[in-house]
Amino acid sequence: MLLITCPYCREARPEVEFAYAGEAHIARPADPSAVGDAAWRDHLYIRSNTRGLHRERWRHVNGCGRFFNAVRDTVTDKFAATYKAGAPCPIDFAREGAER
Amino acid sequence: MSDARVIDTGDTPARPSAATAPAIGRGLRVPGRGRNAAAAPVRFTFDGRTITGRAGDTLAAALLADGIHLVGRSFKYHRPRGILSAGSEEPNALVGTDRGDGRYEPNTRATTAEIFEGFRASSQNRWPSLRHDVGAVNDSLYMLFSAGFYYKTFMWPKSFWNTVYEPLIRGAAGLGAPPTERDPDSYAARHAHCDLLVVGAGAAGLAAALAGARGGAKVILVDEQAEAGGWLLSEPEVTIDGRTAWTWLADTLRTLAAMPNVTVLNRTTAIGYYHQNFVGLCQRLTDHLAQVPEGAPRERLWKVRAKQVVLAQGAIEKPLVFAGNDRPGVMLAGAARTYLNRYGVRVGDRAVVVTAHDAAWAAAFDLARAGTTVPLIVDIRPVVGGDLLAQARSLGIETLCGGTVTDTRGRLRVSAVRVNPVDAAGRAGGGRWVACDALLMSGGWTPSLHLFSHTGGKLVWDEADQVFLPGRATEACRCAGAGTGRFGLAAALADGAAAGAAAAVDAGHPAETPAFAVQGEGSMAGTACRDLPTDRNGAFAKAFVDFQNDVLAKDIRLAVREGFRSVEHIKRYTTNGMATDQGKTSNINGLQIAADALGRAAPSVGLTTFRPPYTPTTFGAFAGYNRGRLFEVTRRTPIDAWAAERGAVYEPVSLWRRARYFPQPGEDMHAAVARECRAVRAGVGLFDASTLGKIEIVGPDAATFMNRMYTNAWTKLEPGRCRYGLLLGEDGFIRDDGVIGRMAPDRFHVTTTTGGAARVLTTMEDYLQTEWPDLNVWLTSTTEQWAVIAVQGPSARAVIEPLVEGIDLAPGRFPHMAVAEGRICGVPTRLFRVSFTGELGFEVNVPSRYGRAVWEAIHEAGRAHGIVPYGTETMHVLRAEKGYIIVGQDTDGTLTPADAGLDWAIGKAKPDFVGKRSLARPDMHRPDRKQLVGLLTQDPNVVLEEGAQIVAERDGPIPRTMIGHVTSAYWSEALGRSIALAVVAGGKSLQGRTVYVPMPDAVHAATVGGTAFLDPENTRLAV
Repeated sequence: MLLITCPYCREARPEVEFAYAGEAHIARPADPSAVGDAAWRDHLYIRSNTRGLHRERWRHVNGCGRFFNAVRDTVTDKFAATYKAGAPCPIDFAREGAER
Repeated sequence: MSDARVIDTGDTPARPSAATAPAIGRGLRVPGRGRNAAAAPVRFTFDGRTITGRAGDTLAAALLADGIHLVGRSFKYHRPRGILSAGSEEPNALVGTDRGDGRYEPNTRATTAEIFEGFRASSQNRWPSLRHDVGAVNDSLYMLFSAGFYYKTFMWPKSFWNTVYEPLIRGAAGLGAPPTERDPDSYAARHAHCDLLVVGAGAAGLAAALAGARGGAKVILVDEQAEAGGWLLSEPEVTIDGRTAWTWLADTLRTLAAMPNVTVLNRTTAIGYYHQNFVGLCQRLTDHLAQVPEGAPRERLWKVRAKQVVLAQGAIEKPLVFAGNDRPGVMLAGAARTYLNRYGVRVGDRAVVVTAHDAAWAAAFDLARAGTTVPLIVDIRPVVGGDLLAQARSLGIETLCGGTVTDTRGRLRVSAVRVNPVDAAGRAGGGRWVACDALLMSGGWTPSLHLFSHTGGKLVWDEADQVFLPGRATEACRCAGAGTGRFGLAAALADGAAAGAAAAVDAGHPAETPAFAVQGEGSMAGTACRDLPTDRNGAFAKAFVDFQNDVLAKDIRLAVREGFRSVEHIKRYTTNGMATDQGKTSNINGLQIAADALGRAAPSVGLTTFRPPYTPTTFGAFAGYNRGRLFEVTRRTPIDAWAAERGAVYEPVSLWRRARYFPQPGEDMHAAVARECRAVRAGVGLFDASTLGKIEIVGPDAATFMNRMYTNAWTKLEPGRCRYGLLLGEDGFIRDDGVIGRMAPDRFHVTTTTGGAARVLTTMEDYLQTEWPDLNVWLTSTTEQWAVIAVQGPSARAVIEPLVEGIDLAPGRFPHMAVAEGRICGVPTRLFRVSFTGELGFEVNVPSRYGRAVWEAIHEAGRAHGIVPYGTETMHVLRAEKGYIIVGQDTDGTLTPADAGLDWAIGKAKPDFVGKRSLARPDMHRPDRKQLVGLLTQDPNVVLEEGAQIVAERDGPIPRTMIGHVTSAYWSEALGRSIALAVVAGGKSLQGRTVYVPMPDAVHAATVGGTAFLDPENTRLAV
């Protein structure tokens, strides 16, 4: 069972306290009616399916209840970072990508 | 080197004469020898026969002491099988164990089961008896059962697949039978945290625990066996720091026991190693006890989170692969040494040894000194080192270096072994037969890296020793001792101490590395080999690699010849290593044979993946406390007990149990529901709606938030009024619905479906926290704060009016879809005038603690009006008569509001709400979308089956094109006929058309119509 650090509680807690909530940094368009059909389809359904570092949302559902963002390696299941919703991702993906 | 006891030098085996036949079963227990030399006798039964063993024996030890090697029949060929090992890696000796009172377990390893007075064991996979097994005919048919036989044979005819072939194969193959009685035991679970978890309490593990604990680190040391010590228990002559191994062991355990920061757990298997040093331990508490203390759990699952882990699991001896290596009496040399030194049991009177490793020589010497005749040691290696040959000579043991074993014989127990010399080119010469009643083999040792592999730790191939060793770890973990390829007690102690000290330092504690002086240990040199050379045609050799799954060396070669290249595919095709032992004794042999056949080096072929659990683990251990009533929460409403007292029949709705109907004496469900329906339509009914999800939405931006979440427009909804709310996903499909009351300009009382409450709140929180954090709104689940009593029917107002204070219920003052706060029966209420039945109705919300009292008061007040409590089944019928949908029953996550006929609930003027953009996608307007319709069967007495498929024509070629399915179907008491709701492709354009519903009894014709079967003008609501 993973230990996940909630950026709001600032504590590593067992995975059972958390719920996965999909890929992160997919903002809902401010005016969906202005978005074309193809772009809206992509917004709804197209996800990155990453092998490696993946930015994703979790919710500390059986804790503080807050949604937050995380970077997890989908190969090793290890968390590289967790950070508050709205905060920038602390990992430079361009650089990480070059290193991998 | 000729020896009179070598009975034949030709290729035809001769039977040993009666004079030389070993006297099985007498004098096999060596007086004064073994850990339990002075233990009390214990009587147990094997296949009904009473046998006396000693307290402290494993079942295998006690059987061997009685001269019994034959304990079971093999999985596929039903070959007689004996005891191979002395530990948890045992592939052969699986038995059924009966501990009384329904405590039966199949497939228990005889090498780990501890006997006690009254213990009962039985052999498996044989009929009618272990000695005479009809299934053994498979052994003669073995060419049929080669690798992948189930893919190749039994192909035709297809109709035989399920009726003949599968029952035949399942009947013939297999292990023990599952228990027939409910498990009477209980199981426990607990969490633990420590600085250092040490797995394995052999020399390395003990040294690691000592080193780690002395600096104050909190240490847990676990071992799967009944007592700690590992190989120390099997090699008592070694001295450590001047003390004998057993004295040192006792002193060390005493030292550890005296340290408050150390926990030592015996009979505890580390079954799985998971992320971030989370290790599962299964502790066996009562299986070894004759009397189980009342209420004592059988096993306890420990979930340990360790800062540092030291894996000191040792190594597992490899069998040699040669024809007839599975015959009872053929066993691992190390196991024979364990039985002798630890249990005082000689595994035979006349033991031949075949080995590729020095360790087996020590076993031979120990046995020879204990009185077993050792006629011959065959070593694969042309040259052996040290003084092994001299020792053998002094004990009168013939030796053959550069030899091989090519066959064995003996029906139920090995009686002779065929031995051949091997020339410098590796070719086997002519064989001779040597009589024996035990054949001890050793192919060297495989470091036990299962747990290390669970974490994804990398294994590296050691070319010199031909073994996989732990490489880069992915966790805070160290391996120590034989598990790292450092064989021998001195190496294990030093390595364990270093690992324990380093781990303690990494966990933040000081540590010292104790040093140990070891004397008298044997040499640990050896070579690795494939299947042994033979002078016979290997294509017919029954040389077993995987004993438990009956996989032969030739099966692996066949798989390679047939084109399998990946070791994972070879494993699955041959089933090598796929049995319950996960190939502990077979994986490396199988890999090396496969690598040779592929012409590649072993590391490039790679090892198959080890997965938890390390050894077979009971379901009970995993379930722990979560059984029976604790398996799952049952949510009950405040009114649940009242319904139970009246004999309500329940149904589960998500985690709730809800009263489905209230049968009167003599009534079945149909009769009860019909009566309840009549009562509501004609008088008044009472319904417990407390399970409805409720969310209180409060704040200055509450209306804005509601506008964005729900399809409907909320800005103009006045406080004191309700509206039916429809919630979509962002994809435009219906997710939930419910009546929502505006209690104040900044406060909404939202209701959701029973099953959707948590999901809806999560969705709302998601949008509020991550998309619209600027909105000033609070969301609070109030599902369990309110009890909800629905009073429905023409007499509803008359029933509750006398009980209500502060709300004028007159039709003009409190119309349909009104809500008000007041008091009922003297307690606060939020009173909704809403209807899910089509009748005049109220939903009385009161604080939960008053729920039952108010329910009883309304029930009492309703007596004069013939009030009837009704359940969810009646609720379903009444709402279906009105065409009110149930989200999740009439919708399935692909219905838009328009598909469900709910487009009227969309606030078209709103610029945005969740799902609005998706409703504009072209696909959402296709005319052939599945749409909700009503169905009336042409035979009014036929109630369609929910889920039944719908077709356009009565007859036609199969497969038919299915155009939809029935979502709801009931007998309507009000209409005196059946009704149904269905989703049908292009359903709105099929009004009045006939469709067909094939059901098992007949194809039923039905007419498509509207969804409101009763009072479509809603006149009954306007009263």
